[in-house]
Amino acid sequence: MKYLPNCGEELQKMLETIGVDNIEELFRSIPEELRLTKPLNLPEPKSEMEVLAGLKHIASKNKTASDSAFFLGAGAYNHYIPTVVSSLISRAEFYTAYTPYQPELSQGTLQALFEYQTMISQLTEMEVANSSLYDGASATAEAVLMTDRIQRKKNKVIVSDGLHPEYIETLETYLHNLPLEVVKVSLTDKEGETDLDALEGAVDEETAAVLVQSPNFFGVIEPLDAVSEICKKSGALFVTTVAEIYSLGLLRGPGAFDADIVVGEAQSLGNRMNYGGPYLGFIASRDKYKRQLPGRLVGMTEDNRGQRGFVITLATREQHIRREKATSNICTNEALCATMAAIHMAALGEEGVREVADTCYSKAEYAKDKLVSIDKVSLVYSGSSFNEFTIDIGKSGIDVIESLAEKNIIAGFPLVYHYPDRENQILVTFTEMNSKADIDNFAKELEGVL
Amino acid sequence: MEPDNLLFTEEHEWLDADGSEGTVGITKYAAEQLGDIVFVELPEIGEVFSKGDTFGTIESVKAVSDLYMPVGGEIIEINEDLENAPELVNSSPYEDGWMVKIEITDEEQLTDLMDNKAYEVYLKEQE
Repeated sequence: MKYLPNCGEELQKMLETIGVDNIEELFRSIPEELRLTKPLNLPEPKSEMEVLAGLKHIASKNKTASDSAFFLGAGAYNHYIPTVVSSLISRAEFYTAYTPYQPELSQGTLQALFEYQTMISQLTEMEVANSSLYDGASATAEAVLMTDRIQRKKNKVIVSDGLHPEYIETLETYLHNLPLEVVKVSLTDKEGETDLDALEGAVDEETAAVLVQSPNFFGVIEPLDAVSEICKKSGALFVTTVAEIYSLGLLRGPGAFDADIVVGEAQSLGNRMNYGGPYLGFIASRDKYKRQLPGRLVGMTEDNRGQRGFVITLATREQHIRREKATSNICTNEALCATMAAIHMAALGEEGVREVADTCYSKAEYAKDKLVSIDKVSLVYSGSSFNEFTIDIGKSGIDVIESLAEKNIIAGFPLVYHYPDRENQILVTFTEMNSKADIDNFAKELEGVL
Repeated sequence: MEPDNLLFTEEHEWLDADGSEGTVGITKYAAEQLGDIVFVELPEIGEVFSKGDTFGTIESVKAVSDLYMPVGGEIIEINEDLENAPELVNSSPYEDGWMVKIEITDEEQLTDLMDNKAYEVYLKEQE
């Protein structure tokens, strides 16, 4: 559709053709007293130069990760994205948000997505992965709906308190009108891990699935082997959410602990933080559940001449074919973001992904020692962490974060936003983007404001 | 010509009733309409369904369809061969391609189904 203005002469011709005198007459079905008789209360039009200058002025008020020392994470991560990602993704052959509906015409796009699926399978140590979902929160909700399709008659889902609070909100929204009961299991006070005794007590024959995030929202790596064992005993499906996919560069994939479904957020790979979106949800499962996976799957096959080719496979599960009986009402995905993640992983290789993950972990451990040595700072949980952890600073987290922001330090996430009883706790995150000097300076400035 | 010992539904399932026990599958016509069948999802033994309930799904290369209970009943056996050989539904819809065996709850409901002659008339009407 084109938006071209019409000149007076054209308007007159059109009015004559349909037999009315003026445009006002077209609105005669609207009572006269409801019609606006004066111009809208809008400012005068501006030139392109003026608009750009105005927007630049507004944008200059932003504090961005690239011009500050940035220690904020909590589900969105500041990682280095190799330049090859933006260079390749801007090629016209890739640059569309859509997965093609005529797959045979777009072999390159399908091959990139197939490689993305393969790499997600390898990271999670699972048998099959789809070609992306919206984000970590909706992917988590989709995983629970998937367990409902597999378990059918079981109506209870057990969720660890360590799940990202926004993921919990999304999950509750998805489940609002379904006969599924969500039961929460608390974390241990000392380690900050899902309380295994409480979990064992909550799991029963009616339990369709157990959902645990690792590392959890407070940064603690969960004992997935023990959680898995509890699930196996009762026949509950074991679902793991991974909010920071880079953790899988260092930690074993949940598949190694017999997870049935692994979901999460893969923004860290190839995607900037983008003010909160678009992000990149991923989902992987056991092969035997592949027909219950939501969204698109790309498969590799051979054509009638024996040549390798890629197809969208098992499409009959999807909404455009199966209507209301589809496995999910998700009808698009994050194909572009997934392709960026694939390019990022391919550029780094297995070794590179592991090195970045190792760097994140080492920096976080260095920072942990440094921060905890400050008099008023203490570690909230003793459990192992990957690249983020929770500290108590003995003072309002929001106040301290605000005063450090004035010194160009984005100090972390104040947990009081989601947990009123955690006023003095902040979640701090470290990646390869934080230099040793930045961390040292963060510790020094933090000490100064406490 | 459809086998004359079977009863039929308008959704193209067949039922072979033997006393209170019945075997259920889909008709040759349905299998041909679906094309190459690649997957049959069947219920668990012990599940109880009413007449008209969806008891499973059948997937071909071009569509997925639901399977409907011709009469109410409890699932007492499923055709496990279909898991690895769903194409049996195409090659042998009335024999090896059967889907479930049921214990019929209400034999009265059998009178609602079509016999092979009525089903053939019905098929002609569909064309």
